[in-house]
Amino acid sequence: MAKTMETTTGATNVSTVTMGKALNLALHDALQNDSRVLIFGEDVGKLGGVFRVTDGLQDEFGAERVFDTPLAEATIAATALGLAMKGFRPVAEMQFDAFSYPSFQQVTSNIAKYHTRTGGACNMQLVIRIPYGGNIGAIEQHSESPETYYIHTAGLKVVTPSTPADAYALLTAAIADPDPVIFLEPKSRYWMRQEIALPMPPAALDKARIAREGSDATVIAYGPTVQTALAAAEQAAAEGTSLEVIDLRSLSPLDMETISASVRKTRRAVVVHEAPVFMGLGAEIAARVMHDLFDVLAAPVERIGNATIPYPPARVEKLFLPDADRILEAVDRTREY
Amino acid sequence: MAVREATLAGLSREQLLNMHYQMVLLRRFEEKAAEEYTLGKIGGFLHLYIGQEANGVGMFSALHPDDYVLSAYREHGYAILKGIDPHAVMAELFGKATGSSKGKGGSMHMYSNEHHLIGGQAIVGAQLVMGAGVGLAIQYQGEHRIALVLFGDGAVDEGAFHEALNLASIWKLPVVFVCENNQYSMGMAVTKAWAVSSLEPRAAAYNIPYRKVDGMDALAMREAMREAREHAVNGNGPFLIESLTYRFRGHSMADPAYYRTREEEQMWKATRDPIALFEEKLKAAGIMRDEDIQATNEKVDALVEDCVRFADDSPFPDPDSLYTEVTLDGAGAIAWRNKPSTPRE
Ligand SMILES: Cc1ncc(C[n+]2csc(CCOP(=O)(O)OP(=O)(O)O)c2C)c(N)n1
Ligand SMILES: [Mg+2]
Repeated sequence: MAKTMETTTGATNVSTVTMGKALNLALHDALQNDSRVLIFGEDVGKLGGVFRVTDGLQDEFGAERVFDTPLAEATIAATALGLAMKGFRPVAEMQFDAFSYPSFQQVTSNIAKYHTRTGGACNMQLVIRIPYGGNIGAIEQHSESPETYYIHTAGLKVVTPSTPADAYALLTAAIADPDPVIFLEPKSRYWMRQEIALPMPPAALDKARIAREGSDATVIAYGPTVQTALAAAEQAAAEGTSLEVIDLRSLSPLDMETISASVRKTRRAVVVHEAPVFMGLGAEIAARVMHDLFDVLAAPVERIGNATIPYPPARVEKLFLPDADRILEAVDRTREY
Repeated sequence: MAVREATLAGLSREQLLNMHYQMVLLRRFEEKAAEEYTLGKIGGFLHLYIGQEANGVGMFSALHPDDYVLSAYREHGYAILKGIDPHAVMAELFGKATGSSKGKGGSMHMYSNEHHLIGGQAIVGAQLVMGAGVGLAIQYQGEHRIALVLFGDGAVDEGAFHEALNLASIWKLPVVFVCENNQYSMGMAVTKAWAVSSLEPRAAAYNIPYRKVDGMDALAMREAMREAREHAVNGNGPFLIESLTYRFRGHSMADPAYYRTREEEQMWKATRDPIALFEEKLKAAGIMRDEDIQATNEKVDALVEDCVRFADDSPFPDPDSLYTEVTLDGAGAIAWRNKPSTPRE
């Protein structure tokens, strides 16, 4: 499959792919274009990863470049660190969100801080891919949104795509970026399909994207909630309300410029994520918007997300996940203020 | 000698038939759970114990009711063996309010205060270090009981294994560690993940006595557990058992197990099925007859059907109940209470 995507110069190759496949293609092309790229993690080789994102890569590039590790996340992260120090471009996989926690020490205390601690002498060019978020009928450790843990750690870049095209472009950029990137993959969107054209230029790692233009209110989303926000905007349009939807893409750094420009125009903002609202990214965005646009805002910034509870059991998760109706109700609140 | 008076390994006929019953129950319970999962009645992931029954049944038959048990997520059988009503276990798999944890734990998190089941962990290796903590508490309080820590071959790869064994050894904690080596951690063959071919040198590295046991032989598992428990409960420190076993199904319901051959699976199922082996042994010893096997199968089938009926008929937890039991005083959880949205026309 990956072989059909020969990127001979000049030729474009257009195909409809899932997000999982787009990520697979980005990894494939990175392996092909840069011999320093190595891919490893639990069952990423022969099995191709539990979400099949690394499917076929070991077959094509060999077990020296795409390999299985023992079940040891701290070691996986620290192996990436060691390889990065010696000039490799490691791309490590954590199997699920909560399984990244055993590696948290290495990521937050070492990978994030080496550049500063060495007075800039050492940089950590590595990517840690983590499937995250819920809505797949799984339980807590398999459904969490851990972005705040990582965003809260200086020295890391934190990125999340919402479409197959962005998945390709952002992962390509993450691998090429000199800083350590936590690459969060919205697992409920792995099967989302989109037409993409390759070769594709890498995306900027620090720029949000206007996913839909509008004028009455701005809905700020990322990862799994972007499609939800777009669905809400579609429905709002039918009701005569024009919503602008921002797809953040980069959670750290945060593209305040794009957010501010939009909210300056619409004067109303709703932030939506799957993570708990309490101390979620929405809190930072609301505070910044309030500070920067205090005299422009027509209503307080609304936030939609999970309650401050452990991720709910599979059977009831839908009751807690943000949906279009909750977004629209929040928009109504900003308009009725 | 009359069938009634026959014994084997120092166990009465009644005890032996009960072990057989338990193995069949664990098998049927899991088979039924798999069916219900396929029907969409069970959410999340489901890890079946099929093929490994002799481990649990053998070990637990040598435990005392006061002993604590900690395990990974392949633990529905442990919950039943520890005494939780199988109805409540099935309801927990269904995510129902009548489940053993009110539907809030699910398949990987069986727990019971009453039965001293500290239970299932979804995070590989977590139970090893937790078990050391429980062992320290037992030792501190001078109690005559142990903590039994169950884990797979994959958990050995986590730092937690090494930290736990070392700690338990230097403090002589009453912990029995049992690795059910089913030879795979998901798709990773143990031969590729371990630098050694058995846990013997690792046990030696932490100065812990070690036994390797046939995990398809319930009586051998029982015997090893008796020895290990005896050692640990009398203040001699931890013990490590490694059983050689095999899971007959994929890692979870979602796993087609492409990483191993159908021939290998067939070999284990055809020649090493722990229930068939146990039946053969008991029949050869004149302890069990075909009528006994059939009676057990019928009894188990009826029970398992009833468990499913119970789970089916039970209500889901009230969504509001998810805001409770986060912190004891309930304060934090309420801070950002979600209201389900009102659907627009
Ligand atoms: C910390 C952590 N990393 C990864 C996983 C994903 N995972 C779940 S089970 C498993 C394999 C465990 O194998 P083993 O310990 O041998 O137990 P078995 O499934 O064979 O009973 C993996 C990798 C996890 N649950 N926790
Ligand atoms: Mg195993």
